[in-house]
Amino acid sequence: MTDWFADNSLLFGLALLDGLANAALIFMVAVGLNLVFGVLRIVNVAHGSLFAIGAYTAASIGMFFAARGLPPWTGYVALVLAAVAIGAVLGPLIERLLLRRIYGHEDVLQLLVTFALFMILEDVQKLVWGVQPVSQDAPLKFLGTVDIPFGEDVIPFTAYQLFVIPGVAVVTLLGLAWFLRRTLTGRVIVAVTTDKEAATAMGIDAARITLLTFSFGAGLAALGGALASPTLALVPGIGAQTIVLSFAVVATAGLGQIEGAALTALLIGLGRSIAVYFAPEFEVVVPYLIMVAVLLVRPQGLFGVIETRRV
Amino acid sequence: MTEAVTRRAAMLGAGATAGSLLFAGSGAKAQGKPSELRVGITTFLSGSASVFGVPAKQAAELLFEELNKAGGIGGVPVRPIFVDEAPGTDHLVGEFRRLVQNEGVQLIFASISSGSCLACTPLSDEMKKTTILWDCGTQRIFEEGQHPYAFRTQGYGTPEVLAPLLYLLKHKPDFRTLAVINQDYAWGRDSWELWKSAMDVLKPGVRVVAEMFPRFGATDYSTEVTRLLAARPDVILSTSWGGDLVTLLRQSAERRLFDRSTFVLPVCEPSLPTLGRTMAAGHIIGTRGDHWNNHPSPKDPARLKRFVDAYRAKYNEYPIYPCHHMAQAISATQAAYAKAIAAKGGGWPNDAELAAAFRGLTFDTPTSSITLREDGQGLEDQIVGISSFNTQYPFAVPKDMILFPAAMVSTPVGRKSVDWLKSLTPDFLNQIPAPIAG
Repeated sequence: MTDWFADNSLLFGLALLDGLANAALIFMVAVGLNLVFGVLRIVNVAHGSLFAIGAYTAASIGMFFAARGLPPWTGYVALVLAAVAIGAVLGPLIERLLLRRIYGHEDVLQLLVTFALFMILEDVQKLVWGVQPVSQDAPLKFLGTVDIPFGEDVIPFTAYQLFVIPGVAVVTLLGLAWFLRRTLTGRVIVAVTTDKEAATAMGIDAARITLLTFSFGAGLAALGGALASPTLALVPGIGAQTIVLSFAVVATAGLGQIEGAALTALLIGLGRSIAVYFAPEFEVVVPYLIMVAVLLVRPQGLFGVIETRRV
Repeated sequence: MTEAVTRRAAMLGAGATAGSLLFAGSGAKAQGKPSELRVGITTFLSGSASVFGVPAKQAAELLFEELNKAGGIGGVPVRPIFVDEAPGTDHLVGEFRRLVQNEGVQLIFASISSGSCLACTPLSDEMKKTTILWDCGTQRIFEEGQHPYAFRTQGYGTPEVLAPLLYLLKHKPDFRTLAVINQDYAWGRDSWELWKSAMDVLKPGVRVVAEMFPRFGATDYSTEVTRLLAARPDVILSTSWGGDLVTLLRQSAERRLFDRSTFVLPVCEPSLPTLGRTMAAGHIIGTRGDHWNNHPSPKDPARLKRFVDAYRAKYNEYPIYPCHHMAQAISATQAAYAKAIAAKGGGWPNDAELAAAFRGLTFDTPTSSITLREDGQGLEDQIVGISSFNTQYPFAVPKDMILFPAAMVSTPVGRKSVDWLKSLTPDFLNQIPAPIAG
């Protein structure tokens, strides 16, 4: 067994690098979903659509910049602009016009409404961007590749995959933790998450906080899509693929848990990468095996807390 | 006004309805010329496979519009009724029945997904309704049963996998190692089984260094690309398509995987316009048929140019192979109706007469002629080539093309594909034709 690990140590090293980048992308999408659930108590099925629209918008802005001869680094500006645009425009629109009407209603209604929104946004994507794959890889190409030694060989990785995606995820995690614990607005969000009724009684404008949180969550989903867009081909259906995995992360982490989402994303990212190398048949089920294993031991999720329910 | 319905009246009504349904379904009723010819078309209008389904729908709309301007079929205008395949086979089966019973379609074009075709074909038997399998590729349909009302107007999985393998064996006969990365669904698994069955007998001893079947619709292939870079196979096979293939090839290009291994991509033609210059030159590419837009010697060059130009003018993109497959289904329908009407002395054919006209039918496409065998399977030639760039197209097109005659690479009637492939011998390679010009 030890010999086997020794023989495959180089491959494990490669799997670790792949797993980190994979985990970073998973985290970026799941953390927004987790945050939204924590405050709004709504399982937002349309979160995957926000990821997809963020990706499409980033690609469109990037192509617009490229068509006007702007330098390649502006591709990164496009990623940020897309996330901000979705968070500032689409997020408030959805929260004000739709979600606000279903707070406190039974879960099945919330699921139906957000699922309907998901279907509408899927069709909007097709209307705006068509069905053929859309791609814009200027941010990926701008930084080039880094050769990682592999025995006597080298394995090229993109610098974007090795540094940019994990870097943004780490900054997001630390920034969110700081924001929620060290700023007044963040503490108010935590207060509303913990006990909305008591927070309202203390004079907190819960409606403003829910609007802010949903918009922020939408922006995070869009940022995840924007970050992923240089590496993938955008086609109808990518939102649906994303949301399933995000739900697995949120359930495993514990609903509303930011650090839990990061740890779960890391477990899933590394698990999937290792599976691709040593047991590719299991790559698809690894996230769900991890979810089942965690929930068997901790039904409330890795970082979740057991809540008493009013009867 | 309200009238009480007596038991006698109800029984008479029910009897009359049942009788009319019986006659409607028998296919034996004398047919008058209808005011319009309704064609049900099942295709992907949503989801990831809409990258094929929507262009095919566009092609159908374009071609039926032209056809109706020219007088329709037998003087009857054609009205397509589209149905989305994406909700799944259970939904599609209901839609098939609705198209026949409620919409009164005269024939159905079904479908892109092999699963959809496997579900619809038995319905064509049951409802005695001519069904054109216009795009799906599973070999199982005509190898595992007889379907008197079903016809496939293009090739299928076996020739579409065997032709690229033969090209590889001709182009790079000394390869020793191979990796496969296919989508994890029926086509990805089936196409690998077909390839491996043939490869093991035509070139025994090839070592398979990686077998990967990522989730259908996967949005990231970076780990798979790393593994392929580390394994350094001589050849990488992928029958993937759509956004999955574009993502795989873009990530491969960025990380120089194209420099280390030769890719064989039997279904990559629809992805080439999206990939543009990202696709590398020197790799083996296929199009599920012979309908490359740069076909060097099409049977009817003017018709091919007319179709490509009209499609580009209307939709601002090149037609991809599902568009050509749709065009083939429409050509076959025109030819079958012409044959059936002539056989009936100018009368309009009923369902049985229409199906009889399809059997053994030969119809023209812009690039060649296709004959429907006695089992309903179409014989479509396959052209495979090496990716290259020229000044005419802003994306890769094939060069050094080899045209594989359909009869050479198709499973003989009455045999199963895997059994037939396993019975091939290395002598089979002597039948590979020389490259055609282009």
